[in-house]
Parts: sequence; C-alpha cells; structure tokens
Amino acid sequence: MTTTDFTKLVMPFKDKVFRLAKRLLVSTEEAEDATQEILLRLWKNKAKIAEYKNVEAFSMTMTKNFCLDRLKSKQAQNLKIVHSNYQDNNTALQKQVENKDSVDWVSRIIEELPEQQKIILQLRDIEDYDFDEIAKVVDMNPTAIRVALSRARKTIREKLTNTHRYGIK
Amino acid sequence: MVLNSIEKLLEKYDNGETTLKEEQQLKTYFAQDNVAPHLESYQTMFQYFNNTKQELYTKDVPLKPRKNYIYQWISVAALLVLSLGIFTQIGGNTDPLSDLTQEERMAYNQAVEVFDLVGSKFSQGESNIAAFGLMSNKLSEGVEKFEHVSEFSETTNKIFKSKKKQNK
Repeated sequence: MTTTDFTKLVMPFKDKVFRLAKRLLVSTEEAEDATQEILLRLWKNKAKIAEYKNVEAFSMTMTKNFCLDRLKSKQAQNLKIVHSNYQDNNTALQKQVENKDSVDWVSRIIEELPEQQKIILQLRDIEDYDFDEIAKVVDMNPTAIRVALSRARKTIREKLTNTHRYGIK
Repeated sequence: MVLNSIEKLLEKYDNGETTLKEEQQLKTYFAQDNVAPHLESYQTMFQYFNNTKQELYTKDVPLKPRKNYIYQWISVAALLVLSLGIFTQIGGNTDPLSDLTQEERMAYNQAVEVFDLVGSKFSQGESNIAAFGLMSNKLSEGVEKFEHVSEFSETTNKIFKSKKKQNK
C-alpha cells in the first residue's frame, strides 16, 4: 500500500477521528496529537488493513480507546482544559455574535456529560452514524445506545433552557 | 414544514428514536431563520452540531515508508562475529579443555594419540637418516685409505723408474 492509497482510504474519516478526539480530550492540540497517533498506528499496520471489515468503525474504536486511555493517564491529569475555539464560517456575523454565547454553552454542557454519552452523541448527532455503526464503536447494544443518547439530548436541552431563562449554569 | 410534525419529531428525537432521515429533516428545519420561539433551545443545539461538523483536521501526518533495516543489521552482525573472532584469538587461551564435553574430550585425546604415533614414526625415520650419516663417514674414511694406496703406488713407480735408469 502506497502513501496515496493510504491517504485515500483515511481521507473520509480523519476529520471524524479528530472531532471525536476533540470531543473527549477538549483541547485542539491534544486532539490533533491523538489523531496523528491513530493515523500513524493505522499506517504501521497497513498490511493488516485489508482484513478489517470496516476501517472507519475500527479507527473510531481505536480513537475512543486511545482518548479514554489518555484521560486516565497521569499526563492528562494536569491537562489544561481549553474551551473549544470552534470556527463558524457559514452563519452571518450578526447571527454568530448573537448565538455565540449559547452555542458555546452547548459545548460546555456536553463536556460535563459522561464519556459514554459524549461519544454516542458525537457519533450520532454530529457524524450521523446509524445505531449499528455506533454499536460497533462503543460495544453496546442499540437499545442501551438509544437510552444513553436520549439522556444526553435531554440533559443538554434542560441545561440550555435553564441558562437561557434564569442564567443558571 | 408543519410545526406539529416537527414537534412530534422532536419528541421522538428526545427519546432517541428518530431515524437518520428524520434527524436530517430536523436539521434542515432548524437551519432556517424563522424557528418557533419555544424551540430556540433546539436551534442552538442543532446549530452547534452543524458548526462542529465543519471542523477539520488540517495537520499533516508524517507518513514514511518503512525502511528495510536488514542490511544494516547484517553488517552489525558481521562486525560482531569479526570482533569476537579476534578477541578469542588474542585472549581466549585460558584452559580450553575445561569447557569441552566428554565426547569432545575423547576426540581430542584420539587426535593427540594419532599425532604421537606420527611423531614416533617420524623419529624412527630420523634414526635411519643417522645410519646414512654413519655410512657416509665410513665412506670418507675409505677414501682416506684409498689415498694411502695411491701414495704407495707413487712410491713404487719411483722405484721402478730408478731401476730402469740403472738398467740403462
């Protein structure tokens, strides 16, 4: 497998890997490092890549495990949490200013969710995975995934309405 | 789209029961500007999801084709063997018999016996050569004796000459 083949294979999901890593590790730099690590591991095992049925799901699982390990490791204990400095190019500037605060709140609320819910929400609402694919990545049955997803969505909205109405964090 | 159906979809959405298609409908609904005021919190959520989706990984990954290090390792191994050989040549002469097995020791002893045998034959051959030396000694003695004989014949010749002169 040449470098071009590999890039072609990895291209469709490398952003997804990055976003999942960022969801879990919060800081952009950490997420970039994690993505690089995952891609390099894939490259090292490129001989075995053909054996994997679903390279994308496999990579996502790898990413999930890698990030959870990072969070557990001592090095990450003194990791400074940097809030996501997302870029919003499509919405008009005025709208952006209006919504920036509340949109920012969403990411803060998601940060407070349990890891499992974070992963599921990320895969479902941002990456549009179907439940079977999510089941492969997180190793749970679809019903449990639905429950976790529902909880995550409800928590986000609840907290969001609270902040909007009363300014409660 | 009718607000009613959106609300129904949202309820399903909150329970995690929407399909991807239905979620796509919700996303397109909340992407527009005029959203019902009581659904604003949903709009914020969907907007956030949409924004996050556009985040890309832009860093390059340094992919190097894996080099074949085998030739370098062969040279290292060759160097090792060479230096080990030199080392044993120079310094390794402390009792070599001590670390031999029984069989090796027997083989060694047999070899030593064979060498002994060859050596004794060789010395026998040397003693034969000594006999030749003795013979050549005797020969040179014989040659000395022969000189005596020639001396004698000279003197007899002289006598004969003087006798002939007397006869004349």
